Amino acid sequence: MRKISHLIMTLVAFLWAVPLLWMVATAFRPKHLATRISVEGPLTLQNFAEAWQLAPFPIYYRNTLIIVLGILAVQLVTATLAAYAFARLEFKGKNLLFILVLVQLMIPTDILIFPNYRILRELSLLNTRLGIMIPYFATAFGIFLMRQTFKSVPYELEEAARLDGCNLLQRIWHIYVPLAKPTYIAFGLVSVSHHWSNFLWPLIVTKDVAVRPLTVGLSIFAKSFETGAQWAQVSAATLLVIFPLLLAFFFFQRQFISSFMQSGIK
Amino acid sequence: MRNLLRHQSFQVNLHAWLLLLPSLIFLSLFTFYPIISTVWLSFFRLDLSTPSAVFNGIGNYQRLLEDAIFIKTLKNNLWFAAGTIPASMGLGMVMALALNKAMVGRSWLRTFVFYPTVIPMIAIANIWMFLYTPEYGLLNQVLGLAGVGRINWLGSPGTVMWAMIAMTVWKESGFYMIFYLAGLQNIPRELYEAAEMDGAPGISVFRHITFPLLMPTHLFVFIISLTNAFKLVDHLVIMTQGGPNNASNLLLYYIYETAFNYWNQGYASALTVVMLTIMLTIAAIQFFTTDRKIHYS
Repeated sequence: MRKISHLIMTLVAFLWAVPLLWMVATAFRPKHLATRISVEGPLTLQNFAEAWQLAPFPIYYRNTLIIVLGILAVQLVTATLAAYAFARLEFKGKNLLFILVLVQLMIPTDILIFPNYRILRELSLLNTRLGIMIPYFATAFGIFLMRQTFKSVPYELEEAARLDGCNLLQRIWHIYVPLAKPTYIAFGLVSVSHHWSNFLWPLIVTKDVAVRPLTVGLSIFAKSFETGAQWAQVSAATLLVIFPLLLAFFFFQRQFISSFMQSGIK
Repeated sequence: MRNLLRHQSFQVNLHAWLLLLPSLIFLSLFTFYPIISTVWLSFFRLDLSTPSAVFNGIGNYQRLLEDAIFIKTLKNNLWFAAGTIPASMGLGMVMALALNKAMVGRSWLRTFVFYPTVIPMIAIANIWMFLYTPEYGLLNQVLGLAGVGRINWLGSPGTVMWAMIAMTVWKESGFYMIFYLAGLQNIPRELYEAAEMDGAPGISVFRHITFPLLMPTHLFVFIISLTNAFKLVDHLVIMTQGGPNNASNLLLYYIYETAFNYWNQGYASALTVVMLTIMLTIAAIQFFTTDRKIHYS
């Protein structure tokens, strides 16, 4: 029984790996061999070089990095402050506000593409990186995740800091933030990989190469070869886009999996 | 003393609201206000021939009922959900059951079923295009070896939905597996020991212990997968644009087309309201299923 389940699982894992392997194989082999199931022929970086030249990937890369890090930085601040209030303070309207935050978990920002587009237009933020980022600055997922962690911090620690004369923000910064480090890492991984992957929203918001992220750039690159003859370059380009994510995942596998497990609440 | 207390409570209230202010500003701008504004706009006509909004009553909603494409996208969404949810949940559970036991290379096996979770849907679309493409695609090449003729997976209305479903199951099973792995950890070991002493066969242990005790996980994963069935549309932009003949069109993609290709803003708002209703329904299902105690037989 145990042997059979091992065998089946190995088979499933192999089957799951096939699409990636097929793409990697295509990306690294000469174009004329691109679509053949075989192991002949030399390995080459030619396809990557061509993809890199045919589309402005360095700009796309820069934009994606600015966008994911910008979103994360603001999210960490907004979520930390809100999480502290929900975890440690008793105030008027707490339940109502809590429910309001909950609304974002029920109605994901991703389905509000059309009304949010109109708001962005009114704010004159269309076709800007800030416009791509701003709808995600508040994160209910982050607030709930950090609130949970903050609640487990011993109250005495904060009391001691208060007696030492620390004000509210200092207490959050010196007591809560350091103790919640694993939560911040988990949230960071989920947020970065989520926004690195985001596509439809930046597609709608951007018009110029200068502000486009990788996913939008990749889709335009792939669509420009609709004849289908350029599989090798498209594969190379796809690999360029997902490589950092895959690399990070293969190295920090355990951390990724436990982080995504917590992302279930979103 | 009373004044002091009042002063303190005023201060706590002030602090709390200040701490929540940044989140509330962004939530108001990009969650609450858009919800209200889209409901409002759904009662107006606003399109390329009507450049400023004209009150239209329930006109947009009446049009919904007569719009064959809208009905088609709803049906497609239901098929997409029916095709992806049981398969990816089942596979996720089976993977978790297999990987829950000690075995050689366990973490590698887990890695290779989970990695589709971390790569963007748009990259997955590129990868799978390359599996499905009629002339050079891996799938047709492999099937060709077995003597099956060329199938245009994404180009025929009869196969395109299945192609999307297979891709999505591939993407999501590994993600659901991790919730099942966590769920399995929560089942008390003593139950299995007792079953073993009674000499219960494996299948009946699964039926009477493992499966029912995973109920919270089933519900939880079901809610996520139901939401995803309505949220995942990125791949359509590259693979099919909803075609052929709307055979793969989904509601969110239809909203995108209506708003940004046809610029029919009033109608796009009505479609968004439908989407909102669906999301609220899912939230209600979650609320009523997880807040009540789940009874085990």
